[in-house]
Amino acid sequence: MNTAVLRTEARLLAREPGSLFWILVFPPVLLAILGAVPAFREPQDGLDGLRIVDTYVPVTVLVGMIVAGVQSMPAGLTGYREHGILRRMSTTPVRPSALLSAQMLVHAVAAVLSALLALAVGRLAYDVRLPEQPYGYLLALVLAVVVSLALGSVISAVSRTVKIAGAIGTAVFFPMLFCAGVWLPVQAMPDVMADVVGLLPFGAAAQALNEAMVGDWPGWAHLGVMAGWTVALSVAAARWFRWE
Amino acid sequence: MSVIEVTDLRKSYGGRTVVDGVSFAVEEGEIFGILGPNGAGKTTTVECVEGLRVPDAGRVRVTGLDPVADHDRVAHVLGAQLQEGRLQEKLTVREALQLYAAFHPNPADWRPLAERLGLGDRLGARFGKLSGGQKQRLFIALALVGNPRIVVLDELTTGLDPRARRDTWQLIEEVRDSGVTVLLVTHFMEEAQRLCDRIAVIDKGRIAALDTPAGLIRRSAGATVITFTPSAPLDEEELSALPALSSVAYKDGRITLAGGDETVNAVITLLARRHITAHQLRVSDATLDDAFLDLTTTDLTTTDLTKTDLTETTS
Ligand SMILES: Nc1ncnc2c1ncn2[C@@H]1O[C@H](COP(=O)(O)OP(=O)(O)O)[C@@H](O)[C@H]1O
Ligand SMILES: [Mg+2]
Repeated sequence: MNTAVLRTEARLLAREPGSLFWILVFPPVLLAILGAVPAFREPQDGLDGLRIVDTYVPVTVLVGMIVAGVQSMPAGLTGYREHGILRRMSTTPVRPSALLSAQMLVHAVAAVLSALLALAVGRLAYDVRLPEQPYGYLLALVLAVVVSLALGSVISAVSRTVKIAGAIGTAVFFPMLFCAGVWLPVQAMPDVMADVVGLLPFGAAAQALNEAMVGDWPGWAHLGVMAGWTVALSVAAARWFRWE
Repeated sequence: MSVIEVTDLRKSYGGRTVVDGVSFAVEEGEIFGILGPNGAGKTTTVECVEGLRVPDAGRVRVTGLDPVADHDRVAHVLGAQLQEGRLQEKLTVREALQLYAAFHPNPADWRPLAERLGLGDRLGARFGKLSGGQKQRLFIALALVGNPRIVVLDELTTGLDPRARRDTWQLIEEVRDSGVTVLLVTHFMEEAQRLCDRIAVIDKGRIAALDTPAGLIRRSAGATVITFTPSAPLDEEELSALPALSSVAYKDGRITLAGGDETVNAVITLLARRHITAHQLRVSDATLDDAFLDLTTTDLTTTDLTKTDLTETTS
């Protein structure tokens, strides 16, 4: 990790209004809008007495992460390769891998910020309880960030151009949002659907976050699913990634 | 002392050999040019020197180090300006210079460097907003900002206007005078002739000649070119019999002869004997252009000469 590269990448991300909006602004705004619907603030029997706005806090936490990992980062990395920026860096004493790790780190930080914003909006505007098992929540959150970056790395590895990365990113984006529960929070999914979604990284993440939210230690199965995907995706990315 | 040694370098892509046994050595403190037509294998060769490409065969040494195996140590002594590539669109000139300076242990002061390259008033501009020439000058600055012992410049002045080109040449001479060794890739004759101490002419992946610019010109078949418009027709056979003649060409009533000093004297004698006046008589020494054409095309025939408007390149 090279601090000059890291500082530069942080500055550059701060100059991307599109990425900033979709990672940092959109998720908390989405939560605010959902919470503004009175019916979503009524406890639901089908959700063990939770309100719909409660179930959407982990969803919006994951949305920022998915945008950061699957849309913003792969486009950036692929552009760095396509435009010869990684190659130019190879002629300096600093390895181009410094650029990769800096991109990952700034997107990870943005994703975590987005999660904190979503939690804060839920807590302040709609009185959503903060996670009752904070350590378990943090662990699930970190695993979710890591798996989304690993997924983004694979997208960048298989995309020759920024356009392709954008297309793959979008194709992956909506199924990932579905798993995270944007259309139907996992608590409200039929059991079979919840089980299937739970085998995918963001379905597992949603369930792990929900468990920690209500005070339980997140299930090892869910954490294991995220860890397993992280390993598999990282191996694939390392194998397929080309520097030029 | 040779700071770059390339021995029998070979590289092919998909079964097509693009660098086919290239050898040369660059001495400390010189400007060494690699000159050749597009696709000759120049970029491939210097990118092997930079460690960006791995040779199929042969040996490359930069200050005695292997640029692939000893990448980090070579990167400390060698600065590179690549033929292609961009920077991040929203990175400013100042940030790019600061960033690349931070990569090196003893960087140059980037402010005077930017000033010297005419970027002083563009420091706050983003890369994406720079003109082609400004981008090119920024890349040159980035190659120099690490205070390298050796700098490799690939198509240095492509995209620059004539004035910026001359300024850049002067900068490169200053860089050399400060003790830096320069490996320069170009397809501009004027650039090679003006800057290079020695030139390797590469054609189809092989070195066709390696000499000083003057040496290359001396070798070229028609070292002196005589053109004129005769007031009356001249006998072609008589012309062809001129001493030391290497070629004759006729175009739009003008005659172009390539040969040596003897040819000049003989043609003047011939004209006087026939009472023919030579209108717009021009006698010029061959340029690197001519030498280059000699070296990079297999046989320079009369037809080739007719196609090349020599009056333009030699006047
Ligand atoms: N990465 C590559 N893959 C395939 N062919 C290449 C590659 N790089 C260069 N070539 C081919 O090798 C030849 C020499 O290229 P290059 O070294 O760039 O020539 P020059 O710099 O002299 O114009 C060209 O025909 C080019 O198309
Ligand atoms: Mg080239």
